[in-house]
Order: sequence, then structure tokens, then C-alpha cells
Amino acid sequence: MASKDAVSGVAQQAGFRAWLNKRLPVDKFVSEQLLEYYAPKNFNIWYFFGSLALLVLVMQLVSGIFLTMFYKVGDTTAFDSVEFIMREVRFGWLLRYLHTIGASAFFIVIYLHMYRALMYGSYKAPRELLWLFGMFIYLALMAEAFLGYVLPWGNMSYWAAQVIINLFSTIPAIGPGLVEWIRGDYGVADATLNRFFSLHVVAIPLLLLLLVVLHLVALRQAGSNNPDGIEIKENPGPDGKPIDGIPFHPYYTVKDVVGVGFFLTLFAVVVFFVPTFGNLFMEEANFEPANPLSTPDPIAPSWYFTPYYAILRAVPNQRVGALLLLLAVLAFFFLPWLDRSPVKSVRYRGWWFRGFLALLTVSFCALMYLGLKPATGLYVVAARVFTVGYFSFFVLMPWYTRWDRVKQVPKRVTFHD
Amino acid sequence: MIKIFVLALSLFCAPLLRAGESANWQDLHAGNEVGNISSLQRGARNFSNYCLGCHSLKYLRWSRLGADLKIPTPLLIANLIPAGAKPADYIQSSLRAEDGVAWFGKEPPDLSLMARARGVDYLYRFLETFYVDPTRATRTNNLALENPAMPAVLSELEGVKAAVYRNVDVVVDGKPTVQKVFDHFTSVAPGQLNQAQYDAFVRDTVNFLDYAGEPAQVERRNLGVWVVLFLLVFTGIAWLMKKEYWKDVH
Repeated sequence: MASKDAVSGVAQQAGFRAWLNKRLPVDKFVSEQLLEYYAPKNFNIWYFFGSLALLVLVMQLVSGIFLTMFYKVGDTTAFDSVEFIMREVRFGWLLRYLHTIGASAFFIVIYLHMYRALMYGSYKAPRELLWLFGMFIYLALMAEAFLGYVLPWGNMSYWAAQVIINLFSTIPAIGPGLVEWIRGDYGVADATLNRFFSLHVVAIPLLLLLLVVLHLVALRQAGSNNPDGIEIKENPGPDGKPIDGIPFHPYYTVKDVVGVGFFLTLFAVVVFFVPTFGNLFMEEANFEPANPLSTPDPIAPSWYFTPYYAILRAVPNQRVGALLLLLAVLAFFFLPWLDRSPVKSVRYRGWWFRGFLALLTVSFCALMYLGLKPATGLYVVAARVFTVGYFSFFVLMPWYTRWDRVKQVPKRVTFHD
Repeated sequence: MIKIFVLALSLFCAPLLRAGESANWQDLHAGNEVGNISSLQRGARNFSNYCLGCHSLKYLRWSRLGADLKIPTPLLIANLIPAGAKPADYIQSSLRAEDGVAWFGKEPPDLSLMARARGVDYLYRFLETFYVDPTRATRTNNLALENPAMPAVLSELEGVKAAVYRNVDVVVDGKPTVQKVFDHFTSVAPGQLNQAQYDAFVRDTVNFLDYAGEPAQVERRNLGVWVVLFLLVFTGIAWLMKKEYWKDVH
């Protein structure tokens, strides 16, 4: 009923609303995107992370705008200006913590969002482009996080920039020149900081917003997947609407608000009571200003990069290590075409897929832990084992997804509470 | 494979051994309470009397310190602020950088963020483990920071300590070796304070440096309680609203 009113209401409107709708499709947009957008009714807890990612994105943009008002880019001013924000700007400490911890929160949310897609086969046809846009968002986010990490110009900022930019030097022939071009100097210096600031506050955020719009448009086109991996559009009711679908608004808007509440509560606990989160969200070494003469021991990237860092260090040859690091990230892009299973959701897949998904989960978490540890002794051996585990999920996928004995997928969605 | 196993085992055991040998000082914890205003006031006094000669707090203003630590401005001017400095000034040592280099070999570091960069326990251990070492120019050494540029400036309070070592049989690279390790301190000369008084002195000082590392932290926790309470209520109401809307979805 609500949707009918909304559609016919456009014609009956008078006054400003009619004037506006004649010129800008406000009601049409709301109707199509919220009231008439049917989402599967069996979303579980894993389906909160998409809207939460959008929330964190907005939070990062807003806190970032205010931080930019006080931050002073430059190798002699950046560190001091961050402390100025922490101490003398009214609620500056809150802005800074929101933004810094927001970066970690972004990756927690995004990793869980991606894991949901792995479990329920959300990357499979007809959602390949949706998945690819999501992966490009992930890449942009990694770039954004790295660039932002350098800006406070603490000692870990400096050395993280040093190590990560040097990865490009492993590219044959053009490597050394490329590294110099990225840094804008013979070492990480003022020029590097200035261009990283520009990229962090202008270029990458614009790219991110564009990609998020494309991600959402592709989502609206294909429709949401669900924990059963059933296409609800294939099962319409007499009114032409999917039987297993419910309008996004009000059902999922009110539900997502609950997710927002839970998330913000946990987030606030970290921001207000444990902002450094035991050296994980903010490192001690970054409370010392950048010092080219003193290397922090050990140099470890932020926790969200450590799985890849562990893969890099697991290989004795740096060039091969850097190549594996790149492949470890890019492997996700190929999932829609590596997966040969007729079934989307892990609920109806067999033990082959479940086993390899478990292997990927364990490997990724183990590599995350190992990346924070020194690359010595048993740690390196373990990193090699889990690197093999990580890649086998992708490399063997065309075979084990075909061998898998899948179960019959039901016609209608199910609830598992 | 066996080699790797032995290597791994020795790597895992090395820190255990070290911790076991010197548990008495590495287990020291600052145990400071940054919400304790009188402790912070004593810490500010200690800092002003014993640290400020060489170390600055260049990100903290005297006036901010006065406001946060509830020290009225006249008292601040009379007792803490050095002659010539104004309440709105940052807390700056009068030691010139080049003199620091000439006298100590390096410029004494600014302490604004030292508690955040190294942790309060480290600072506490550092100030508790100075001992006599005749081989060094300063005649002192330290367990928490080996060969520090800083001399034992608090020895008039703490007294002078000597380190007593014991021999421990350890296995290094598969060979049994005898190592001299720290066992305990003995007093060489008493100071003005007894051990408990000195511990309290160091705790107050470290507490003040903890505050100086993040002056907003008390405000942060106080505000956090209200924010989290609000969010819990908000989430509860949102949950009820969701239940109401969803009761017809099967």
C-alpha cells in the first residue's frame, strides 16, 4: 500500500513538492531505491556490514574535513600540528581518535563484509561486477589507509612509508626510477608527505566515492544475495514482487539502525577507553617524531596489512615476495571465475568448499598474527605454511568446487536464528 | 628440521629465561592513577624540581597544567613557573640544546609524549633502576635503559645503589656458559627518602608524565561513560522499533 501511495502521490502533489519533483526526481528516487527496492527477508547478522561500511566512510569524511582544518602538512609541522589537535583544539582529541580508530574500524567492517560474500557466494553470477567494484573499493581503501598513516609524521609513519614505497623498487627495470618518482625525492621527505596529503584528502576519497556509487548501482541492478544464495527475483508472487522480498524501507532501514547502534557502542568503547587498543590501532613508536636515523624495532605495518606483510616476508627473495603480496590481494578479483560450483551459499555446498574456506580463514588470521611478529625461526616457517594455505583456496578452487557434492537448494529462503 | 626445532625452542626460551632471572625489576609496574589530582600535583612539583632543568614539555602550557591540576594561577606563578615565563607559555627547559649535547652527549629529549611512546611502566622502571657503575663517565648505569646519557639525578632522594650479580648456567648456541646476571641492589649510601617514599615519588612523577602525554584523557573517559550509556539506550530503542516493524515478517 505504502508504495502505491508513493507512486500515485507524485501526480497528486501540489505546491513545492510537485514543483521540486517536476525538476528533480526526488520521490521517484526514494520510491525506487527504498520503498520499491525489495531485499531478501532472511538477512542475518553478516548483512549489517555493508551499511556499516557506508557509515564509517561518512564518519571518516566528516572527521577528516575537520582534521584538515588544523593539520599542517610539512615535515617540520605535521607532527606538532597533530599534537596541537590532540591538546589545544576543542574536542580535537576526539576528532583524531575517531579518524585514526575509524581506519581500523573500516577494515574490520570491510573484512567481515568480504567474508560474508565468500560464505554466501555473493561474488557469483550475476554479481561479478558488484564484487569487482567492491574489490576496487578495498584497493582504494588500502591506499587511503597507508597514505593517511604517513600524515602524522611519527617514526612509524616515516618507516612504513620507507618500507612500502620500496616494494615498488622490486619491479624490474623501472623499479628504482619509479620509487624516486613516487617519493619526489631521493628519500622519504617533505615532498613525499605533501603529495601523500594531496592524494589522501582529494584523489583517493573522490575515487572511493565514485566506486561506492558504482558498487551500489550494481547492487540495485542485480539485487542483494542472501544467506541461502537464492535469487528471490525468480520467485515472484501474484503482485509481481518477490515473495521472499521485503521493501528495503522501512524493514532494513530500521534493522540497520540496530546494527549502527551496536557498532557505535563498541566503537565508542574503544575511542573513549582504549584508543590505542594495546598498540594495535595506534602504535607507541608513532608518538615519536619521524627520525631517519632511528629505526623502530620491529617495523610492523598496521594490523590490517599484516597478512600480506607476512606473505612478503615468508619469501627469501624480495622480488618474489612482493609479487606474491600483489597476487594475494589480486586473487580475490578472480573468484567469480574460479568458482565452478552450481551453488552459491556455503549452506548448500559440500565439505570440499567448507574445508578450503576454513583453511583460508585460519591462514588469513594466522598470517595477520605472524605479520606482527618478528620474521625469525618458527614464525617464518609458519608464515610459509599459511601462505600455501592461503593461496590453495584460490588456486585449487576450479577443481574442488567441481568435485564438491552440493545439496539441493530450497525454493524459498529459510531462517536460521 | 631438528636444527630448526632447536633454534625455535631456544628462541622461545630466551625471553623466558631473561624474565625469570630479573623478575624483581622487570615486573615493576607504575600503578599510577591519572585521575588522582593530588598525585598529579605532587608529580608536577617533582617534575618542576628535578626534571625541568633539562627536559621540556613543549606541547603543554603552564596554564593548561594549572587548569587541569586545579592549581590556582598565583600559586602556579609563585611555585612552578620559572622566572621570565608566562602562564600561557609552553613548559620549556632553560637548557640549551648545544649545552645538552656538550654535557651529556645528546640533547635531553622532550618528555611530552614519553609516557605514550614508551609506556608508564618503562618510565617507572627507568627511574627505579639506576645503580653505580664506575666504568661510566656519569658513574651510573641503568637496568631499564643500558648506558643512559642521563645521570642518576634522583640519587639525593633515593640514595646510591650498587648492583649485585650472580652466576647463572645458561645454554648459548648449544654450549653451557656461565653468565653474570643482575640479582638485586644493595644500598651504598642512603638518600633523603626511604624506599616506600621514593616509590611514591616516582609513581607521582610518572603519573604526571602520563597526564602530560594526553592531557585530555580524564575528560575522554568521563565523556565516554555518557556516550556509551546514550548509545546503549539508543540501541535498545532501535531494537524495540525493529521488533515492532518486523513482527509481520515470517
